[in-house]
Amino acid sequence: MSHVSVRNLWMEYPGQVVLERVNLEIPSGSFNVLIGPSGCGKTTFLRLLLSMEQPTKGAILLDGQVLPPEPGPDRGIVFQRYSVFPHLTVIQNVILGLEFARSRGLGKLFGAARRRAVEEADRCIASVGLDAARDKYPAQLSGGMQQRLAIAQTLIRKPKLLLLDEPFGALDPGTKQQMYELTTRLWQEEKITVFMVSHDLKEAFTLATRVLTFDKVRIDPDAPGRYGATITFDLPLAKTAAFAEA
Amino acid sequence: MKHRLINLKPGRGGKIAWGALPFIVAVAVYFIFSALRLAENPNDKLLPGLSSFGAAIQRVAIDRDMRTGEILLWLDTFSSLRRLALGLGVSTILGLVFGVATGVIPYARAGLAPFIAVLSMIPPMAVLPILFITFGLDELSKVVLIAIGITPFLIRDLALRVAEMPGELIIKAETLGASTWQIILRVVLPQIVPRLADSLRLSLGPAWLFLISAEAIAAQDGLGYRIFLMRRYLAMDVILPYVAWITLLAFVMDWLLRLFNRRCFPWLTAASS
Repeated sequence: MSHVSVRNLWMEYPGQVVLERVNLEIPSGSFNVLIGPSGCGKTTFLRLLLSMEQPTKGAILLDGQVLPPEPGPDRGIVFQRYSVFPHLTVIQNVILGLEFARSRGLGKLFGAARRRAVEEADRCIASVGLDAARDKYPAQLSGGMQQRLAIAQTLIRKPKLLLLDEPFGALDPGTKQQMYELTTRLWQEEKITVFMVSHDLKEAFTLATRVLTFDKVRIDPDAPGRYGATITFDLPLAKTAAFAEA
Repeated sequence: MKHRLINLKPGRGGKIAWGALPFIVAVAVYFIFSALRLAENPNDKLLPGLSSFGAAIQRVAIDRDMRTGEILLWLDTFSSLRRLALGLGVSTILGLVFGVATGVIPYARAGLAPFIAVLSMIPPMAVLPILFITFGLDELSKVVLIAIGITPFLIRDLALRVAEMPGELIIKAETLGASTWQIILRVVLPQIVPRLADSLRLSLGPAWLFLISAEAIAAQDGLGYRIFLMRRYLAMDVILPYVAWITLLAFVMDWLLRLFNRRCFPWLTAASS
């Protein structure tokens, strides 16, 4: 279960309101895409979901509990860049999450424990189609493959929420299409709740079960920072077979 | 075909030839002037010729010293390298511990960064008398001088390198459930050690400077001690080979550190290709 409630959320920086009056109920297992113009607060919203920042007012609840004050394994993230560790190979990147969980002192597994972790990681790598690149370093992978790795690395910890910050923004159109298919398949298999920030309307409507647009409804021309953005459109999409066609 | 100067590139052999040229010119100029001076005065000590070098090298590097029964060059090299290794070793450990701590932990940064910034402005040679007074004239004060001279640089450089790491990587590690300790051990350290080797390469010059200065002032052996001792006798035939030897040692250390990076961190080469 991973139900998200956003209760009257405000986010202010000195002299600037970024988000105001955001209220949301997100059911478990939905695929939410956040869109809107630059600087409209969608990335800030994602950062709040990740606890990289604390809201000025209001709260975000995950399964009825206020979010912990720092990032943790219950919420996985894939950034547009720098999501994987450059000094680790593909397999090492993926088992890292298991090593953090199972070896508090060294953060490294050995012997039988390591073999078990490698088995799990291999399955995960296979599910994102990176088997052939298992022992390569991220710098030897293409952009799309790096993002596949970032997703595999995140999913091995079985997070409740998967947060995607413009993950496909830097990819070419062909690769994007493959990533959409992969993301959708994994989302269905893992029954995970996804929040994805995107610039791309087509991408949003391809992937989402729900599109949330952020924008300012009140504008004071003399003080642009006076009012913040909120959710202006909340579009649930009936999407079941839509994927097969996409 | 006409080419701009910036587009004219030497080939493989050309690179070697052009690289060797300044060395050949320097050596040639030296021996021409040496020959000229020796022709005028066969006892000239300023620019000794090949035969005096040969004799001097025989004296310091092959024959045993009449007074101590030691081979001077090896004795000096051993003493100097031991001081250098101890100084560099202590600095490396301190630099790594404090550099990573100030880079990763905001409270360590708040508490230590200003102090280290001020500390690094103290000219190390100015505290050498204090070191001689407190640690005595033997090994310890020389090692401490090297450590004081390069540790603040290493700490600040490493803290900068840690801060340069994309914040996304740290956040990512947190979402994988890592503790602060695990982040340092598995994410920060492995990426910072190659940077440490680079910082150390840059520190080699200052480290040698401090070593030779300390040896020049108070020592019973060491490469710096010998050079300054020989100065009294205008023994250029010993000083020049010693300088060449020190240069070679420094060059080899630099090369070894570079090799260490290339061999031990395949991901670095993968990233740069």
